[in-house]
Amino acid sequence: MTPDKTTADVPSVRVWKKPPFIANPWVRYGLMAVTLIYLYWAFSTLPFNWTRIAEGLPRAAQIFGGAFPPSFERGGLLWTGFKESFQIAFLATLLGVFLSVPIAVMAARNVAPLPVYLLGRTIIIISRSFHPVIVAILFVAAVGFGPLAGILTLTLYSIGFVAKLLAEEIEEIDWGQVEAMRSVGAGYLKMLVYGVFPQIMPRQIGLSMYQLDSNLRASAVVGIVGAGGIGGTLMNAFGRYDYDFAFAILLMIIGIILVSEGISGWVRKKVW
Amino acid sequence: MLEITNLEKRYGRNDPVLKGLNLRVEGSSVVSIVGASGAGKSTMLRCINRLVEPTSGSIKLNGHELVNLRGSELRRARRRIGMVFQGFNLIDRLSVMENVLSGRLGYVSFFQALTRRFPQSDIDRAFSLMERVGIAHYANKRADQLSGGERQRVAVVRALMQEPEILLADEPTASLDPKTSQQIMSLLQTLASEMSLPVLINIHNVTQARMYTDRIVGMRHGQMIFDGAPKEFNQDALDAIYGGIESPEEDGADPEHQTTQEALA
Repeated sequence: MTPDKTTADVPSVRVWKKPPFIANPWVRYGLMAVTLIYLYWAFSTLPFNWTRIAEGLPRAAQIFGGAFPPSFERGGLLWTGFKESFQIAFLATLLGVFLSVPIAVMAARNVAPLPVYLLGRTIIIISRSFHPVIVAILFVAAVGFGPLAGILTLTLYSIGFVAKLLAEEIEEIDWGQVEAMRSVGAGYLKMLVYGVFPQIMPRQIGLSMYQLDSNLRASAVVGIVGAGGIGGTLMNAFGRYDYDFAFAILLMIIGIILVSEGISGWVRKKVW
Repeated sequence: MLEITNLEKRYGRNDPVLKGLNLRVEGSSVVSIVGASGAGKSTMLRCINRLVEPTSGSIKLNGHELVNLRGSELRRARRRIGMVFQGFNLIDRLSVMENVLSGRLGYVSFFQALTRRFPQSDIDRAFSLMERVGIAHYANKRADQLSGGERQRVAVVRALMQEPEILLADEPTASLDPKTSQQIMSLLQTLASEMSLPVLINIHNVTQARMYTDRIVGMRHGQMIFDGAPKEFNQDALDAIYGGIESPEEDGADPEHQTTQEALA
């Protein structure tokens, strides 16, 4: 538009419109077209069996109907299941957090030489690559059904998460404190204990609390594939059509997660 | 006695930061090193305790060669060299006492360091030094709760805990207000004479260098261009050290500013 034309068309009112997010009109409309075509293609080729879905709906309603009211009659079973889940989660958190400290040091570029750094990173990447459920299936196959498989799974899961974030924290520390410790003649381990660990301590405690929280949740899931804990109880309840008992377990899980979330949030606030 | 001969340091393939530097510090004198930013003052100081690796040359402390030391030998040499930093470099989350005792890390075992079970003699030394600089009542306070001047006192005590044969101070007052920085300078001066300890101080403040030190060394472009008593340090020496170097305060004159202004116009 030339200035002459603008003044001729709209002499007094200046018009403003938000410029389009994608400036090039070809790209803009092209992207919209591609999205629409993809959606059409995806819905027309994926095998949604609408008759089966229609048949399934009343069955879902029946399950939910059977779940009301939740039954806490078998409280003993509920209690043993949760107790085991707690034990798994606590042990795995302790073990995982404890092991993640040296691995985090290995995986922090500023305090580890290159080969050690690569090894540390590899350990972290491997323990992060698979979802706990897949890891649990492997461990159940390796060490059999039961809580040991759950503990190993969640330990690995904790290492992957805590060590990664801790390593990043170590890479961001104030290097001056490390230099000061080197200048007094401290060796590597003393330098870590005085120059590095105090700086990452709040983060470490916060991460441990978060991980405990997360392990409690995950311990219920890995139980489904046979790694011990409440997940197994839940699976059995479903298998035997005890929907009211299953619903009671789900309610308990929600309640426990809420409580643990509250506690860990409170602790983290205190530490910071 | 500290004896630096033909010290050279270059980072990567760049021009050397230190070009054949020679310096002798005898007895227990307080020496200030002045020079513009980038003159190599900090690099020289850090070469002495090997926080920076010198490229070539020799540094001898009381007859012992420091260049080429490795591993435990290097650590044993470092514990005899105290260092005070511009940013204090205290362990913020530990108590003042732990910070002070960390000056003994080169002497105690790892287990003692981990469990904070330092020998009684170290604890006695810590208390008497802290009393000397007036921070003993902070012993159990966290280091980050102290003011700047107090924190630098903690850092000085930490360095003295090492029973050093020399004290290096890398712009110890640059993060402090004028009054506190004078206090720290005079503290360094009196401690040096009390303990008959040679002190090397990198400093920007020429007035303070004149006031609190026995000898001034001027550096420019990695070389020593002035060495003498404070009263010999006149305007000519000042111009030789700082002259012709654009300081950030001068605006408009240097080409970078002009391009910015042109770009804005």
